[in-house]
Amino acid sequence: MKRTIALGTAALLASTSLASAEGVVNLYNWGNYTSPEMLEKFTAETGITVNVTDFDSNDTALARVRQGGHGFDIVVPTHSYLETWINEGLLMPLDKSIVVNHGNIAPEWTDVPFDPGREYSVPWQWGTTGITVDTAVYDGNINTADIVFNPPEELKGKINVVPEMSDVMAIAIYHAGGESCTEDMEVMRKVRDTLVAAKPHWKAMDYSTVENFASGDFSAGIGWNGATMRARFQRDTVAYGYPETGFPVWMDNAAVLADAQNPENAMKFINFILEPENAAMLSNFARYANGVAESDEFLSEDMQGAPELTIPEDLVSAGKFSEACPQAVNDLQSQIWTELLQ
Amino acid sequence: MASDPNQTEERHGWKWLLATPALIVLVLAASGPLMIVVLYSFLSPGNMGGVAWEFSTDAWFRVFMRRDIFDPENVTVNQAHLAVLWRSVWLSAQTTVICAVLGFPTAWFIATRPPGQRTVWLFLITIPFWTNLLIRTFAIQEMLRNNGTINTALMWMGVINEPIPMMFTDFAVLLGMAYVFMPLMVLPLYAAMDKMDFRLVEAGYDLYASRIAVLRHVILPLVKPGFIAGSILVFIPSIGAYVTPRVLGGGQKMMLGNLIALQFGQGRNWPLGAALAMVLLIITVTALVLYLRAVNRQEDKRDG
Repeated sequence: MKRTIALGTAALLASTSLASAEGVVNLYNWGNYTSPEMLEKFTAETGITVNVTDFDSNDTALARVRQGGHGFDIVVPTHSYLETWINEGLLMPLDKSIVVNHGNIAPEWTDVPFDPGREYSVPWQWGTTGITVDTAVYDGNINTADIVFNPPEELKGKINVVPEMSDVMAIAIYHAGGESCTEDMEVMRKVRDTLVAAKPHWKAMDYSTVENFASGDFSAGIGWNGATMRARFQRDTVAYGYPETGFPVWMDNAAVLADAQNPENAMKFINFILEPENAAMLSNFARYANGVAESDEFLSEDMQGAPELTIPEDLVSAGKFSEACPQAVNDLQSQIWTELLQ
Repeated sequence: MASDPNQTEERHGWKWLLATPALIVLVLAASGPLMIVVLYSFLSPGNMGGVAWEFSTDAWFRVFMRRDIFDPENVTVNQAHLAVLWRSVWLSAQTTVICAVLGFPTAWFIATRPPGQRTVWLFLITIPFWTNLLIRTFAIQEMLRNNGTINTALMWMGVINEPIPMMFTDFAVLLGMAYVFMPLMVLPLYAAMDKMDFRLVEAGYDLYASRIAVLRHVILPLVKPGFIAGSILVFIPSIGAYVTPRVLGGGQKMMLGNLIALQFGQGRNWPLGAALAMVLLIITVTALVLYLRAVNRQEDKRDG
């Protein structure tokens, strides 16, 4: 009897070591953001299985990994948090002998301020926060934040603002003539007054924008480009505007954790998503642009040349990388936010 | 063998020892995290979330007071926090009343069915618990939205021409909360009615009491413990409710739960979040103490 158990254990041990030879990689990513099709392709090509765990905010992801004992290999933080991840030593530099596709990163996304030279991270998806408008309800200029902050009569009571403090604050600060994370109290006073005065004209501050724009419950608001595009697929009068006073640009980036259990597999995965065809699979699923050169031709037809994915040339300079503000500034913003939502 | 009282005591002592594993788990699982929350509320916010190990009472100060952002010399009561607190308490109280008003006839209906049928009705009451809260909340949203079930039906019947805006209103939040917490009111009410001696009701009628008089002087006093237990069970989760106000209320006005979540998320002020969570706990404990007092008074009255 004992021998059977011993044999069984040995067999079990053997089978686990076999499994780890085949390999796994544990991906910690935003929910509903990873193309299952692409994961299947990765497993078919490399024999490595990918386990995906979801997070719902940068703060959650950072707090969990800081605690240690998480068991993840790859994480996908937003650019504004990436410096914190790097500075706290939570990430491992990319092994360029495995990540041979490093050169596929589009030139404009290679030397980025949050990871100069892309030593630690590669693009996952990027997008902008701007103005969503149903042009059947309002047909004026949509490239202005006044749509939300000083709404025209026909949009009053039909506006939704996504409850993402840093994005909304950034648009309001640019609108008031300030810079990201400004400490200029005159600008902040203007921001507070504008927001407090505008809020009675808003209908909701909700994340579920796609279905509500498609159904006509919302007719304008602050939202993301990918979500707006998905709403447009269902209701073709929905359009996306880029506030000329300034709008936030963001990018989520994949990086390998310093305490990864499967660093080699993780590097292989990072290399895999830099293939244009695979990057396009990510975009086709998550509906945002990726930062990989020459992936456009692999995009699904409805996304090719979509106005939501290409910033008009005269407005490119208005796009600004949103920043994670210093604690004092963030505190100031969250006090204004609390006052707004009280 | 005549039992020696000392020996019995000793045996009880041993029995108590048997509970130690459970007690250790309780202490570690219940008070441990609580102590961490208390500790965090007296620290300073860390960089990008977390806490810095510096003692500070700033979080507690800010729960109730605020320094004007634009005029730091000007310290006033923190109206924003008090408004959120008051909204949570007020909405929970309203939810409790709605549940009581609708739950009483429901429980009465079940309690007056033949014994065999009661189980079926009780079973039906628990069915909503089979589905996740979030899914049920989204289902309500589907009913209430402008082109949702209710508006479509009313427009089809020609009752209204324009959809009635119901989503993202206080009405929607109240409806959702009352729906979610209703079983927690019905079940204790039913338990109280089940134990009730219906002969007392008949006696009341025999003594020429009107229906209203029987309800007020016989039934309500007898099911009062059920009302109290139900109110506590509804009030306590209501006050910390997060999902329902967020999904149905449109997130324009915060509840206490949302305010706490903001501090641990985008606000990046964990100490303030911890202090606010303690405030929530204090409200809950106060409600529970009031409940226990009420129950004790009830029992004293019965014994005396």
